[in-house]
Amino acid sequence: MDSSTPKTVSSASANPSPSRPVSGFQFQILMYRVQRYTTLVFAHLFCLMVAAACLFPLIWMVSSSLKTQSTIFSDMSIWVKHPHWENYYWAWTRGNFSRYFFNSLFYTAVVVVGVIVISSLAAYAFSRLKFPGRNVLFILLISTMMIPIPGSFIALYVLLVKLSLIDTRLGYVLPQINGGLALGIFLLKTFFDKLPQDLEDAARIDGCNKFQVYLHVAMPLAKPAVAVLAVFNALAVWNEYLLANLVLSNRTLMPLQRGLMVFQGSHITQYPLLMAGIAISIVPILTLYFLMQRYIVAGITAGALKM
Amino acid sequence: MTWPRLRDLLTTYLFVAPAIILFLVFSLIPFLKVFQLSVFEWDGISSHMQFVWLNNFRTALFRDTSWWISMRNAGVITLLALSVQNFLALVLGLIVDREIKGKNFYRVVFYIPPVLSGIVVGLVWNWIFDGSHGLLNHALTTIHLGQWTRAWLADPKTAIYGIAVIHMWKGFGWGFVILLAGLQAIPRELNEAARVDGASEWYIFSRITVPLMMPVFFLVSILTVLGTMQIYDIIVSTTNGGPGYHTEVPITRILAAMVGSSRFGYACALGILFGIILLAVSMVQMRLSKWSARFS
Repeated sequence: MDSSTPKTVSSASANPSPSRPVSGFQFQILMYRVQRYTTLVFAHLFCLMVAAACLFPLIWMVSSSLKTQSTIFSDMSIWVKHPHWENYYWAWTRGNFSRYFFNSLFYTAVVVVGVIVISSLAAYAFSRLKFPGRNVLFILLISTMMIPIPGSFIALYVLLVKLSLIDTRLGYVLPQINGGLALGIFLLKTFFDKLPQDLEDAARIDGCNKFQVYLHVAMPLAKPAVAVLAVFNALAVWNEYLLANLVLSNRTLMPLQRGLMVFQGSHITQYPLLMAGIAISIVPILTLYFLMQRYIVAGITAGALKM
Repeated sequence: MTWPRLRDLLTTYLFVAPAIILFLVFSLIPFLKVFQLSVFEWDGISSHMQFVWLNNFRTALFRDTSWWISMRNAGVITLLALSVQNFLALVLGLIVDREIKGKNFYRVVFYIPPVLSGIVVGLVWNWIFDGSHGLLNHALTTIHLGQWTRAWLADPKTAIYGIAVIHMWKGFGWGFVILLAGLQAIPRELNEAARVDGASEWYIFSRITVPLMMPVFFLVSILTVLGTMQIYDIIVSTTNGGPGYHTEVPITRILAAMVGSSRFGYACALGILFGIILLAVSMVQMRLSKWSARFS
């Protein structure tokens, strides 16, 4: 199955000699090919089964979102003959999903921009500028990635109450920006460390100050790392639930994940609308995923390397 | 220090100031506050806080059976994730690592579940496992296995395994991507040289792949443990800890102590205990990783 053997196989089979009886060597090649193709078929069958298992719940969810309350439990077909697209309209309007959707969009955008701006500034300073306390501060900031503190959300809640940030957009956004900083600073600092210094020196000689060098020289070069950060934080914020549950109780402020739970709690029987709401909630994240998936793979590997 | 030099230094600090301030307010202060609160009995609202020494920890360690049930439940899910989920991820990684067509297709599809939120995954699977209208029961009835049908997530016997299945469905793609990245970092020449020398597939796997992948295996298992022990979203969107305490996990217990019974100090004590346990487990795994590295 490796890349080197097929060449010899194909060159041997390019000159078939049907008149002569199959020699031992040719028989071996034949057996080898049979074995190769059966393994390949089984490998694909297995992978396709797993892929189907990945996709099926989603396909099922979409097809259920097009049925009605009365047919949803009796009609088990995947392909819906009379799709009720109006379910999406009802979920969007009466189910309040438009509100949740735009809230999620808002939180995601703000956190992503916040993380990128704040962590790139800090990462640039840690990589390029010299100041007392540089290493201590860097280790301090990065240490939050290493230590699991599952209870810290209790104290965070108490703190947000004290700062009267509870049930506000700011109170939901700031902790999440903070949550993205450690990985952001780490990723960008390693990236800046690898950039050649010459360009920045040239910019400094031309009269740019530190901030201008950061903005016009370093940041444009860091685009790939910034993209990884953006995708990762977008996924995390879009899918966040625990903090939204603790911080936000006003329905007009809730993001999608929280909205889905609220909808499920109050309309327990409206399955088609719930499924439509779920479909609405995953469209943006799947779109982002399909567009940016090479950055995601890069990010998982980078994120894993941090350990 | 001259004025221009000082100003230069101050502008440098402006670069790191936003990050430091956010870190202090939203990471460091809460972190310290957890330890402070853990020795108090406090309902979260009143100004009165009663200092109770280490009583909260004593209660958690020796009297709170529901806490240890929740640890055991999370442990069961973690063991299943470590074995079944990571085994599946490795098998898929080994298959896709070979020269097969559609490598990218598989990679994209397998990573779809990890991209979805725990809430979405839980809500969809909730319905698949549902007792009366569930898809799984419907399928079982169709193939004449009607006697096996049950309310999978409401039955004390199956609830935790149902959760584990959902969690593994969501998680294996993540393990797959990391393991595949590790496999592809192994130089091809090594395998080919061994094959030319007549080594069997199993020999190559056990003598080349496994030793070289050891660090990746340990990484994946540490992250699996940390991720699975802290499972929450899937629980809250499916069973919410029920039936009884059968699917309670540490995070739901911490939240129950905090929001449910308004014992903030006790919730913090649970959080600290949980943090220490997680830290201990990952330290043991890192030790094991270093220890095993000596043999390769």
